[in-house]
Amino acid sequence: MAVSMGVPARALDYADPILPGLIPDEAELTAGVRIEPGKSYGFFTDTTLCIGCKACEVACKEWNALPADEVGLTGNSYDNTGRLSANTWRHVAFVEKIGTNGKRAAEMAPFQSNWLMMSDVCKHCHNAPCLEACPTGALFRTEFDTVVVQQDICNGCGYCVPACPFGVVDLNEVDGKAHKCTLCYDRLKGGLEPACAKSCPTDSIQFGEVPDLVEKARARVEDLHGRGAVDAYLYGAPGEPGATGDLGHLNAFFLLTDRPEVYGLPTAPTRASNRVAPALGAGLATMAGLTLAAIALFATNRFATNRRR
Amino acid sequence: MKPIRRRTLADHARGFLRDWSLPRQFRGESPYSDAAKSSGSARLRPRLEEADKVGTNICPYCAVGCAQLMYAKDGTLIHVEGDPRSPINQGTLCPKGAATFGWLTSELRMSKVLYRAPHSDRWEERPLDWAMDRIAHLAKQTRDETFVHKLPDGTVVNHTLGMASLGGATLDNEENYLIKKLFSGGLGMVWIENQARV
Amino acid sequence: MPQWDLANADCILVMGSNMAENHPIAFRFALQAKQKGATLIHVDPRFTRTSALADIHAPIRAGTDIAFLGGIIRHILENDLWFKDYALNYTNLATIIEDAFEDPSRNDGKFSGWNEAKKSYSFESWQYEGEFVPSSLAEHFVNTTESFSDQTKRLQQGPTPKDETLQHPNCVYQILKRHFAPYTPEMVERVTGCPKETFVTVADALARASGREKTGTICYAVGWTHHSTGVQMIRAAAIIQLLLGNVGRPGGGILALRGHSSIQGSTDIPTLYNLLPGYLPQPHGLKPHHTLQDYIDHETTPTGWWHNFPKYIVSLLRAWYGEAGKTENGWGFEWLPKIMGDHSQNPMTLAIEDGLIKGLFLLGQNPAVGGSNAGLVQRALGKLDWMVVTDFAETETASFWYKGKPVQAGELAPKDIKTEVFLLPTSLAGEKAGTFTNTHRLIQWHDKVVDGPGDSRSDLWFVYHLGRRLKELYRSSADPRDLPIRYLTWDYPVEGEREEPDAEAVLREINGYTWPDRRQIEDFKDLQDDGSTACGCWIYTGVFPKNDHNQARSRKPDGPDGPGTHLGWGFAWPSNRRTLVNRASADPAGKPWSERKKLAWWDAEKGEWDGYDKVDFSTQKAPDYRPDWSKEPAGMDALSGTDPFIMISDGRGALFVPSGLKDGPLPTHYEPVESPVKNPLYGQQHNPTAKIWDRPDNPIHPPGDPRYPHVLTTYRLTEHHSGGTPTRSVASTAELQPEGFCEIAPELARELGIENLDWVVLSTPRGEVETRALVTERLQAFRVDGRLVHQIGMPWHFGWNGYATGDIANVLTAVVGDPNTGMHENKALTCHLRKGRLDRPGKGD
Repeated sequence: MAVSMGVPARALDYADPILPGLIPDEAELTAGVRIEPGKSYGFFTDTTLCIGCKACEVACKEWNALPADEVGLTGNSYDNTGRLSANTWRHVAFVEKIGTNGKRAAEMAPFQSNWLMMSDVCKHCHNAPCLEACPTGALFRTEFDTVVVQQDICNGCGYCVPACPFGVVDLNEVDGKAHKCTLCYDRLKGGLEPACAKSCPTDSIQFGEVPDLVEKARARVEDLHGRGAVDAYLYGAPGEPGATGDLGHLNAFFLLTDRPEVYGLPTAPTRASNRVAPALGAGLATMAGLTLAAIALFATNRFATNRRR
Repeated sequence: MKPIRRRTLADHARGFLRDWSLPRQFRGESPYSDAAKSSGSARLRPRLEEADKVGTNICPYCAVGCAQLMYAKDGTLIHVEGDPRSPINQGTLCPKGAATFGWLTSELRMSKVLYRAPHSDRWEERPLDWAMDRIAHLAKQTRDETFVHKLPDGTVVNHTLGMASLGGATLDNEENYLIKKLFSGGLGMVWIENQARV
Repeated sequence: MPQWDLANADCILVMGSNMAENHPIAFRFALQAKQKGATLIHVDPRFTRTSALADIHAPIRAGTDIAFLGGIIRHILENDLWFKDYALNYTNLATIIEDAFEDPSRNDGKFSGWNEAKKSYSFESWQYEGEFVPSSLAEHFVNTTESFSDQTKRLQQGPTPKDETLQHPNCVYQILKRHFAPYTPEMVERVTGCPKETFVTVADALARASGREKTGTICYAVGWTHHSTGVQMIRAAAIIQLLLGNVGRPGGGILALRGHSSIQGSTDIPTLYNLLPGYLPQPHGLKPHHTLQDYIDHETTPTGWWHNFPKYIVSLLRAWYGEAGKTENGWGFEWLPKIMGDHSQNPMTLAIEDGLIKGLFLLGQNPAVGGSNAGLVQRALGKLDWMVVTDFAETETASFWYKGKPVQAGELAPKDIKTEVFLLPTSLAGEKAGTFTNTHRLIQWHDKVVDGPGDSRSDLWFVYHLGRRLKELYRSSADPRDLPIRYLTWDYPVEGEREEPDAEAVLREINGYTWPDRRQIEDFKDLQDDGSTACGCWIYTGVFPKNDHNQARSRKPDGPDGPGTHLGWGFAWPSNRRTLVNRASADPAGKPWSERKKLAWWDAEKGEWDGYDKVDFSTQKAPDYRPDWSKEPAGMDALSGTDPFIMISDGRGALFVPSGLKDGPLPTHYEPVESPVKNPLYGQQHNPTAKIWDRPDNPIHPPGDPRYPHVLTTYRLTEHHSGGTPTRSVASTAELQPEGFCEIAPELARELGIENLDWVVLSTPRGEVETRALVTERLQAFRVDGRLVHQIGMPWHFGWNGYATGDIANVLTAVVGDPNTGMHENKALTCHLRKGRLDRPGKGD
């Protein structure tokens, strides 16, 4: 049949313009995934489908009520948010490769080429160095196998910041605590696809169970190779570049067509520590003298910061 | 950003002692399990679940016509996102559409009528009713002063060239209909245009 | 075509559009087509985010699109790549044109019929041999006081003259071949700057997506309309698609990507000067439109669907003037105001500046940013007695009297400005109920979920309550000129404390009902010309078919096993039809050209047309039906069972347009009004009928002016929306493009010593702006006729209000327009560029 642009069958169950509430398990409609605790979830970000629209950045900020970073015009192509930070949990990198030696390609590789755009995000590493560095247990692995900072525990020590090989975790100057992508922990609990992936117009960001995503991603690479996009490869999928240095694999992994560092990703990310013991050690060292006074000090500093702003 | 209730020192202390996972880790519990979950994390739910009204909206920016779901609680908007049922966008939105909640709740939105008198150097707040009465008076006055019933050759034209209207492409069909009906069919205005030529 | 149907295309040409940036959700279907193997082509002066996803990027100099498209037409004809069974049967390819027709190549660039004194064409020599073909009203700008009605009579007396062998020297096929013969690949390269090899690759890719099994789509946006030859660019695309058999078929067509949520709706139900709802012409003071009968006589075409014209105008008048309309007074026709000429935004700006217009309503538009020659716009606003702005935030236009360019420059102080200004806060979608019509004619209802803040009201509220007050003010007038406002029907119910008018009541009137008992009408076939029906916009009939059935609210999409036309989701005008001319998806015998691309077909057993879509044809007209000319058939009876273009008087796709266009029956390359070069194709430099308001406050510079050597093009970014207020006022979008800038190529930057992020000044005779330079290879210079021409790009979203600010690009642009639409030419003009800043009083860094 010529025209077959149907929507998922269950969408037909909600034919009223006014709905009684949230559509249950909405991710089934938007990502074909029923979200259940105990399974491993992540993102497959396929840069060859990315149009650099930044819907992911906006959807993330609107959902998570994150303020603007006020960076201004950077002059770096169309990238004006600059980097992942405490307030920017999705960041689209732009790399212009329009001309080489003064020559411009007219016929190009299929899908994205010549102006690279990649929506970066927390990798939710299988062996997450940030989590291991956290002395308070503020960073934890959720029932969805994602890595989340709990600000109600975080004391702002900042150990997680250098521990992250990707420069993802950042301290917020207002509350002094660590912040990063939660893979929309709250949404996952309600059966909702993470905001960035749900909004992505071209499905460059795909959400799902990690093993399924890896399978899809491998098929995509093969497909691209068949179409002549021979540079396509996976970054962060099991056994691929990016899944190095005992990180295991990355639950948020990427399909790239140029070297990782072109996109601002480390070629061979490593972790500084090894599983849980060092974190416990660091925690003991830091926390040995912990008293309520110390907590008070953190709290006072935070309020001072707030007032200044 | 909206102000949030600041937690007190006592809240912090209580929360920390309850949620600090190190003691639990000493007890041999893995940091990767529920043991590491704070009470805040345990309670966490998506705020869309609190909505007492969910309506279908159509994205207000470009003409692609993406459907959105608008979630409100107690008469206040809590979020806007893509409608997964739409054959156009199937739940997705572009950067503008994804900012719809930000637009509707922008701090730069006005809620009062502003009036600038001739030659004045400032805005003044005025009641809506007063402004509507004044606008109706001015529209009538300008129409009456500039209305042409017949051209010199006797052709009936029934128009005024003294008033103009601009805009409509961002508005509802029903609004455009009433604008054209009142301004053209009622008042005889001919300078009626919108963004379709811009 | 519906946007989702793009996924069925085998080739997609995006030209005059930066689709990935400005219509990302529509672009998702282009990528779905790509996944299925389609070729994706972007032809554009710049390398954009759309180009990055394309298989081919063909760069062209801004404003040379017709040279490129004309080259494709020539390529298709010369290499015999057209879809013969389609084009021969469904277009006017074989039709014979008057002997007197002359091509521009023989007339120094002008068609026959040119009148130098009037600077316009007469259309006699463009007609079908021995016939007068009326314009189909869709774009009604026929510049004549004469009537077509007597001359058009012959359309009812026999088929149009044709030579099916295509040998007749004046058949459309031969005329097309001659007209486009000069558009060789070499000429394409010389005019556009696009390497001829790239051009040929594009032409071949398009031609491959043709025939029974394949289709291709062309997507365009304001990159085509914003030119003095904009309409003819779209015409050129139509010629390509008709030759390739790509109209009315799945994955085929021309998709106009429009830029506002209801810009299509505000064209159908027009807040436009020259149209009444449903594409009926606004009566004209200089045309024979004295009475309703005159108007009907001069505007009704004898053959085709538009023969029903009288029913639509009478039903509209009944909806507007109710019981006051009677047969004797032509249902109130005389109360409709008559236009005198071009009352569009460009001349409106000048009429404000000249003091003709005293009062201005601005309903959600921001001309201080979006209007051409924005400095002139801002000065003009100070000449008004009063101005009413309805918007959600303070726009640049609303604040012109204390922040505008003349005030900033110290030329004027607020105390010098007399304008009385009202700024009324408005409710936004979600805070009011109503319908938007999207770019593929889909009418979708949006619910009211919450109230707008404070005194915010819908524009429906504003217009309704203004009308109510005015009717009260005029209630006791005995003056005949006040009859229209007194008689205007205005009985809409209001609800709630805010007395919000019921939008559904308005939509019921737009849909139409019987008079006087107000039973909803289900189909416009039931409209009458005797006053027994009232209808606000005939093409919308069916959107509210029963009193309690608002089809625009329907939310029933097709599931994975459905046909994918989604007839249960909203309502597409006309008659919920998703693809126009879909009879052409079947061959002349009524059988789908291809099983893979079937949409409509003749069911011989049932004796009617069937399909996945509502069929765009007389449902019981068999493919072998032929008009009985002995009876002088009218309307649809004059179209045969193989004439799919029912809105056109001969039922055929118009490769050659005999009337309705002011600048010629065929697209012809003219340079933009401001161009760095002489027209390489013809002696005629620019469109001879272009609207040019050359006056001291709107100076235009001549071709090749060395003071303004660079091409300037203005455009949008995905992160912002049009005049910018909706996105510059929101932190999450403002931070993504936080400041204005212009884009220049590295060669030009080197030449002028400009580094990335340096301040630069752009100037034209209309004004100058300072902004930051973004030096990028996405912009490139073109070698045109041996000369290097640099192009500069500048987004036009920015202004002085909101979180993201910058100088207004439209300060540079000119009031110049396409002759058919009056649309401006802000996609191609020339300018000067220097490093540095403007000397502005009180500026910060």
